[in-house]
Amino acid sequence: MKTFRHGIHPGDYKDLTRHIAIERMPFTDELVIPLSQHLGAPSRLLVKEGDKVYRGQIIGEPAGFVSIGQHAPVTGTVKAIEMRHHPSGKLVESVIISRDPYSPQTFYNEHAMEWESLTPGELISLIQHGGFVGLGGAAFPTHVKLSVPEGKKAKFLIINGVECEPYLTSDHRVMLEQFDDVFYGIRILEKVLGCERFYIGIENNKDDAIALLNKRIPADMNGEVVALQTKYPQGAEKMLIEAVLKREVPSGKLPIDVEVVVQNVGTIAGIGMMFRFGQPLIERVVTITGPGIEKPSNLLIPIGTKLADVLDYCGGLKENTRQVLFGGPMMGAPQVYMDVPIMKGTSGILCLTDEEVTIREEYPCIRCLRCVDACPVYLNPSRLGALAKTRDYEGMLGYHVMDCVECGSCSYVCPSNIPLVQRFRVAKALLREKQAKQRKAS
Amino acid sequence: MEKSAPKLLLTSSPFLKQQEDTPAVMRQVIFSLIPAILAGIYYFGISGILVIAASIAGAVGTEWIYLIGTKKKFNSIKDNTALLTGLLLALTLPPGIPLWMAFLGGIVAIALGKLIFGGIGSNIFNPALVGRAFLQASFPVALTTWSPISDFSGITQLRGHTFALPFVQSKIDAITAATPLSQMKFDSHLTELTHLFFGSSAGSLGETGAIFLLLGGIYMVLRNYINWRIPLGVFFMVIIFASVLHGVDPVKFAPASFHLFSGGLMLGAIFMATDPVSSPITHKGCWIFGMGIGFLVVLIRTFGGLPEGVMYAILLMNGVTPLINRVTQPPIYGYVKSKN
Repeated sequence: MKTFRHGIHPGDYKDLTRHIAIERMPFTDELVIPLSQHLGAPSRLLVKEGDKVYRGQIIGEPAGFVSIGQHAPVTGTVKAIEMRHHPSGKLVESVIISRDPYSPQTFYNEHAMEWESLTPGELISLIQHGGFVGLGGAAFPTHVKLSVPEGKKAKFLIINGVECEPYLTSDHRVMLEQFDDVFYGIRILEKVLGCERFYIGIENNKDDAIALLNKRIPADMNGEVVALQTKYPQGAEKMLIEAVLKREVPSGKLPIDVEVVVQNVGTIAGIGMMFRFGQPLIERVVTITGPGIEKPSNLLIPIGTKLADVLDYCGGLKENTRQVLFGGPMMGAPQVYMDVPIMKGTSGILCLTDEEVTIREEYPCIRCLRCVDACPVYLNPSRLGALAKTRDYEGMLGYHVMDCVECGSCSYVCPSNIPLVQRFRVAKALLREKQAKQRKAS
Repeated sequence: MEKSAPKLLLTSSPFLKQQEDTPAVMRQVIFSLIPAILAGIYYFGISGILVIAASIAGAVGTEWIYLIGTKKKFNSIKDNTALLTGLLLALTLPPGIPLWMAFLGGIVAIALGKLIFGGIGSNIFNPALVGRAFLQASFPVALTTWSPISDFSGITQLRGHTFALPFVQSKIDAITAATPLSQMKFDSHLTELTHLFFGSSAGSLGETGAIFLLLGGIYMVLRNYINWRIPLGVFFMVIIFASVLHGVDPVKFAPASFHLFSGGLMLGAIFMATDPVSSPITHKGCWIFGMGIGFLVVLIRTFGGLPEGVMYAILLMNGVTPLINRVTQPPIYGYVKSKN
């Protein structure tokens, strides 16, 4: 069975929500839509306080190429435009919408789009204005990846249905329940990219999804489902390309340099839905799971719904909960403010208890090299960790710290409990800052 | 707000962790030495226990004093590495060695083998072997005086000069025996393989029974505590080199099986060479490292002045490890094709 080299085998912990069908979460009274939910420039505001907005109406437009549209997830009134807590920990300018309790909450624009006559450029613009980002967690604007630079070619489209983060099952449920949207979305992207073939990469802990999608591939489409051995971090773009096509993305380059575009399966389903029903990205499937939540679920949640409301809907947190994460346990971000909104890149909410959250004592590195055997990009985390400890960040550059994908496999396996990836993140941030300063100076 | 919110921790991902920590790993390595320890005690009686205790006391005591002196956290005692160093050193010593020497060896192993390099993880050479090399250089007679084996009936008897006072020449002549390696070296006498296999021949405390060390080794490979490429590399090279020599002159040169199962080869290949700190970090490097040891062992045993060469072979290859690491570093992801 196909896979990439190295990596780790944490348990998948997906049984909590694997078999729970997606359920629509009711609209809440107040929603918070940050103008920056993606990598790139924040969207440019199109509404003002007191404006009436309709579900699906654009309220923020792209403020440049690497920027996207934002939409009202409910029909209601713009209550305020102010700085609000963002899941990243920052304060971000956000549109606060109070729901109109009497509205039936239908779409503002409710018909299929006539897309077959459109050019790739027009389709890309629709996707950009539709507000699409990678729903796997990185929240990188989708249309940027679809805009193939001059002279390059996207031969293959890889659909990322790997979902290698333990606990999360949102992509799994989307594949099982929205496969029509997935295939429709693939058609759109094939038209945009002009690619020869598509592959849907799925790990073999989702046998049902592999079998179902295999059966449902429309006869006129040229693609296949690729079953992958379950291993973390296979959902990382570079690892997935290696697993499916045995191609390596050169350091500092992009997948398009090896003729590949990778898109998350949830993103594709969302695009399919937009072209089928006219609905932009105003809601997404989120897995709410972990030993700390009363009722683990897979919910279809309007973007902007507050974390506290979601937790309440799932029966609330158990008393011994110590950590609430946006994302999975390997790369997720812990939350401290319960009023942060669900965003476009929020794939899961994981609630961990005292049992799982332990602070461990750090021991000296004994160079057992489990980290070296785990690192999917062949770095030497042991050496990097030693350099990080003495803050020799320049020295870390020589050991290619900038190629680190921050998957956390090294920290996971380290028997000496050394916070390796945590230190690498700090080093990378400082090095990037320094490089930016140097660029400014010269 | 609503109900009292739970106290939430703010730390950085990942939040999943494999459970086994360094002290547990070291404990497992110590467990896998138990067959060899028990065999040593069976053959060499209470002296065996005392030598092990003295060596561990020297090693752990030194680490402890260092930690108190430098006011460091007590991590390096808790991680069991000093204990393992003391134990490994004891297993390489003659069972009849005076206890004070074993104790001193433990001190030197930790102090000169590890601490002066900056503690565990920074040492270049295997600490236990540094301790042994020091003893060999300082007390060549005591380190080459071997007690004969016995069985359970001799369990309470002391061997050699166990309680000799430091630096005092002992007046009592202890019973001694020749090891299979020195018999081979000086008399061209080949010990039977079964004796080598089950340890019923004279030699160091924990080195005589190949089978017991192999058992521990297989366990460690299965649990992924050691890199199997190192012992296999050693065995491979020993077999090749010794077979070639044996083929040239079967009377003068011992066969590969003798080299494989005699002396400290098993203990060295399985427990000493695989010390993660002083062995290479790449798989290819581990092959080179292991084969280098195998080659040096046969070379020293056959053509050197000493009957045994495992210790120096490993220490020499420890010294080359940084070089091996540099040469065998595999290209990292995304760098192979960018050159084309």
